[in-house]
Amino acid sequence: MSEAMGLKGKLGLNVFKEDKAFHISIKNGCEKDARLKKAIYACPAGLYSENENGEVVLSGDGCLECGNCFVACGSEVLEWRYPSGGSGVQFRFG
Amino acid sequence: MESQGESFDALIVGGGLAGLAAAYTMAAEGLEVLLLERGDYCGAKNVTGGRIYINPVRELFPELWKKAPLERPIVHEEVCLMGRKSSITMRYDGAELKAEPYQSYSLLRGKFDKWLAREAERKGAMIVTKSRVDALIIEDGRVKGVMAGGEELRADVVVAADGVLSFTARQAGLQKPIDSKNYALGFKEIIELDPEIIEDRFNLNGNEGAARLFMGDATAGKFGGGFIYTNQSSLSLGMVVGVDALTENPDIKAPDLLDRFRERPELARLIKGGETVEYSAHLIPEGGFKAMGELWGDGILVAGDAAGFSMNIGVTVRGMEYALASGYYAARAVIQAKQKNDFTRAGLAIYADLLNESFVMKDFINFKESLEVLDYPRLFKHYPELAGSIMKDLYQVPDGPKDKIYATLKKYLTMSEIGGLLKLGRRMMKI
Repeated sequence: MSEAMGLKGKLGLNVFKEDKAFHISIKNGCEKDARLKKAIYACPAGLYSENENGEVVLSGDGCLECGNCFVACGSEVLEWRYPSGGSGVQFRFG
Repeated sequence: MESQGESFDALIVGGGLAGLAAAYTMAAEGLEVLLLERGDYCGAKNVTGGRIYINPVRELFPELWKKAPLERPIVHEEVCLMGRKSSITMRYDGAELKAEPYQSYSLLRGKFDKWLAREAERKGAMIVTKSRVDALIIEDGRVKGVMAGGEELRADVVVAADGVLSFTARQAGLQKPIDSKNYALGFKEIIELDPEIIEDRFNLNGNEGAARLFMGDATAGKFGGGFIYTNQSSLSLGMVVGVDALTENPDIKAPDLLDRFRERPELARLIKGGETVEYSAHLIPEGGFKAMGELWGDGILVAGDAAGFSMNIGVTVRGMEYALASGYYAARAVIQAKQKNDFTRAGLAIYADLLNESFVMKDFINFKESLEVLDYPRLFKHYPELAGSIMKDLYQVPDGPKDKIYATLKKYLTMSEIGGLLKLGRRMMKI
């Protein structure tokens, strides 16, 4: 529907193929790093959030592989690579 | 020992427009080309807003455009200045936009890239999908091939067409360090609608298409803009926002920004009854000339987004033509280097010459100040609001006497406002 369907619903429309392991991870000890908090606002798939301990947590479901978190936060706080061949999001329209 | 397995004339990393243009052009000249694409098919990882401008690349691929799976020729241009509770839309119709050959088309990369890959294969290029390049093979400072899925693949030259983050060009030391101010996030929904409904709502005749851009409150005043492009039976609705604009003084998360935009009454009416079928996002390297790294090295050429060939000049955000053209010139450079069997940095320097003589580098040099000029908060916050306020007062008939028009204008266009506009004018003179 054209009515806002919620982010989960929107991501559910995409074709995703699971990878052996998720391709992005937060570097050890960086969970509370101020740079990482930018990802909460930058990620178009809403995969980053802050838990009650003030740590940023990353969900591995629905990544659009744009790289915005990597550019916004930097390689000092994030381990970032593309998913292995034939995994991850497969855009049908793009 | 050195070459276990096959060796190719050229290895191309990435099956987007730059990589496919390079594969197509080299294969047409009989070179042995292998292109590696990490998606299930070419286009699976690619996203456009979007539209492509054909004119600058028409002659580079004379056989292609007649059969290309493009969506609609864009013959109506609209720009909308959005205030919080107002909007002013300007529609441009020009005879030249309606005349063939059309200057631009809406398109969907899932369809277009898949098709271009088949065309490249028909020319003899070998394309392997579902294959991620993990690293370059570099020996004595010279690129010799790539590692992909544990396999070693060698070639005389590697074309890094692996997109905006280009881990291969980065490994080769050709990239500048990533600076977030040089990137923007583009994200959008594909909303399916009947063609007749699209034509009706956008005032289109038959297969005509429209582009509509939105400035101001569309992005909550953040550096960027919203867009709608009409495809054959869908709309591309989304926005481009500077990465820093999303993260400095954060007040709204990216996905909410898009929802806020699509719920505007100006948009709600256009997409009513449509069905969202995909949600996608991609980064745009819009730093332009100043953000570019090296375009080539020993045994390697960089093309497309990987080379930073995207540009934001306000009402046009372009990249795909530069990708196609740089892929084409990369191929021409490889073809010439092969004749002399010299794939060193010196032998491949012809790539820079070809780009410098073409529209690609001429555009990037002409518009090298573009990003700094446009990244001006007043343009996205203040002026769309101001324009709306003036229109509101001009149109309003109050219950008492109406102010004189001059008095209305004077109320808004104070001396300091005019001073600001003059300053803006001076900024704009740089682009």
